Amino acid sequence: MNGNDEQERRAFELGCAVGLGFTKPLGLMRPGSVGRILAVQCGDDKRDIERGLLEMGFVEGACVEVLHHGFLGRDPLAVRINQSMTVALRRCEANAVLVGPLLDELSARPVYRREHGIA
Amino acid sequence: MTVGILAAEGVQPIRIALVGPPNCGKTTLFNTLTGGRQKTGNYPGVTVERKSGRLRTPAGHTVEVLDLPGSYSLRARSPDEAITRDIVLGRQARETLPDAIVCVTDATNLGQHLRLLLELRQLGRPLILVLNMMDIARRRGCQISSEVLARQLGIPVVTTVAMRRNGVHELLGQLDALLAQAPTTAAVPMGDWVEPSPEAIRAYHREVERLLQDAVIHEGTPERLTRQLDRVLLHPVAGPLILLALLFLMFQAVFSWAAAPMDWIDGGVTGLQHWLGAHMEESLLKSLLVDGIVAGVGGVVIFLPQILILFLFILLLEDSGYMTRAAFLMDRLMSAVGLNGRAFIPLLSSFACAIPGIMAARTIAHPLDRLVTILIAPLMTCSARLPVYVLLIAAFVPNTLVWGSIGLQGLVMFGLYATGIVGALVVAGVLRLTLLRGGRQPLLMELPSYKWPSPVNVLLGLWERARIFMRRIGTIILSLMVVLWFLSTFPAPPAGATEPAIYYSFAGLIGRTLEPLLAPIGFNWQIAIALVPGLAAREVAVAALGTVYALSGDEGAMTEALTTALAQSWTLATALALLAWYVFAPQCLATLAAVRRETNSWRWAAFMFVYLMTLAYLAAFITYRVALALGLGGS
Repeated sequence: MNGNDEQERRAFELGCAVGLGFTKPLGLMRPGSVGRILAVQCGDDKRDIERGLLEMGFVEGACVEVLHHGFLGRDPLAVRINQSMTVALRRCEANAVLVGPLLDELSARPVYRREHGIA
Repeated sequence: MTVGILAAEGVQPIRIALVGPPNCGKTTLFNTLTGGRQKTGNYPGVTVERKSGRLRTPAGHTVEVLDLPGSYSLRARSPDEAITRDIVLGRQARETLPDAIVCVTDATNLGQHLRLLLELRQLGRPLILVLNMMDIARRRGCQISSEVLARQLGIPVVTTVAMRRNGVHELLGQLDALLAQAPTTAAVPMGDWVEPSPEAIRAYHREVERLLQDAVIHEGTPERLTRQLDRVLLHPVAGPLILLALLFLMFQAVFSWAAAPMDWIDGGVTGLQHWLGAHMEESLLKSLLVDGIVAGVGGVVIFLPQILILFLFILLLEDSGYMTRAAFLMDRLMSAVGLNGRAFIPLLSSFACAIPGIMAARTIAHPLDRLVTILIAPLMTCSARLPVYVLLIAAFVPNTLVWGSIGLQGLVMFGLYATGIVGALVVAGVLRLTLLRGGRQPLLMELPSYKWPSPVNVLLGLWERARIFMRRIGTIILSLMVVLWFLSTFPAPPAGATEPAIYYSFAGLIGRTLEPLLAPIGFNWQIAIALVPGLAAREVAVAALGTVYALSGDEGAMTEALTTALAQSWTLATALALLAWYVFAPQCLATLAAVRRETNSWRWAAFMFVYLMTLAYLAAFITYRVALALGLGGS
């Protein structure tokens, strides 16, 4: 596994997406919208939340689809990750996840290629 | 029994631990592996349930299987997950390091579940990977090469279908092979284990991705049914309505289905009392048996049908995957008062009895969230309050219709339930703003795919509940009943006594001492006396009131006579004040004992007692004064 390439690719992807104005925190996405996670970042005081998010599958490069919102204040969110697991989380944690468009041509991930058609 | 024999032969059973993320079918696999040969208990010091069972491998090894709480990672977030971590690392007191770890994963969700396996592999212990739910994966056209996985990981990989015995045989065979080669006493120093950092978790993710790239031959189509069901069940309008309808059906069932079995139990208890009454000499022993033990224990056993029906619903909703949806729907409402959506399940259980509810709060990871949930659980109207409500409502609320079709009595009952719920939410909000501030736990909860509940899981779960309830009756409640019988029987009334016997007893003494304290809220000395035995269990107060008003006869006739007696001697204001008191009063020593066990401190149990008492007194005071002002004080 080449960590440097991976990081460079990610930085490039993030740069493109930010430059094109396509990025959004997960908490602001509407139900039915899809995207790819560009970054999972919490402040240094919230490393536990970052770990929690990572452990539930919110990791850079994963595809996300917002399925539902709660009926009050559109909170919490139900998010499908990589078409395999659905996770409920509150908007305030979801905003630590930065999502960009599904950029197939930039992605070097054949594993989950199939889903993009669905998205 | 078996333990004794094995110990005598000097054979130490081989111990394996089942580890896996939640919703991977681990418990079902455990039930298939061990069948009915299970033992449940508690880990010392904490109240996490310890489930173990025995099986025999084809090679003749006796194996003790330990079913560890589900966990996404060895970084523990709740008391349950801490147990999993500590046992796997050999840090748990009085538990030896397992000889082998069986890591159970859901084959349809390997992308998320393999990470735990990688964490476990770091420990260097004998390890087997189980790809569970292979049937579902295959049905979706998903093909996974277990050979490739085994080669890449360097550990045995077995595919299973936990609901059936498929693959279990192969798992046992692999276990034998593993046990034959691995020195089971090898102690690997694991003291230097550290929680994975965010970077380490990212690295695990990348490794899982690389593994799956090679091992997954066909991805298969994602599941559709769960999505379609969720579209309705999590719909912003339909979702909450369906949840409400389900809850309504559940309470309807608890009260209507349970009526018949409760009548049988009641009949049995009364019959036993009559039989004892007819066949025993008039003596203290007879009084203890008939009035103390049979009446007291019978009064609690009668709630078994209601508790079982409630738990049947809860187990079905949990096993099918709906319960997390309910938590999802309720999260926003509950977070408004600083609670977690997950608290919905314990609070729901508390409508049957606060004790299982308090125990169910273990699934809430954050200690403060958990504590608030435990502290408000007794405000949910438990089934023990029902007999008191029923008696007082029948005596004081006219059986008329309001607004055309709604019964006034039912409406009052509903109001009492609602008062409890609103009270709980207010208390939670106040606690969150004052004593138990900060430290909110993120929700982060998996919404698993829907599936048919497994009858074996549900039946074993129900059996477990019944066993716990009956054991409590046999120990705590039985001994409390004896103490209370003693208090209300001794000393005996003097010759020529004019008041009922209980008036002269210790309970009477306590009641009369309390009377001036309770007079401002409209309670007379009869009520004060009845509240003393009612401390053990709320419903005992009904029987105690019967004793105070010197009534006898079987329970049905007594209740009827008591209704008339109360209607004549109490004012409506007093009755309403007593109802308000009962919504809040912590009249259940068993609940306090459960709180002390779950929080591991008498301090919180004492806090709960004091705050509930204060609330009860205030509620009764306000109700009584308002009722007096409205002119309801005349009898």
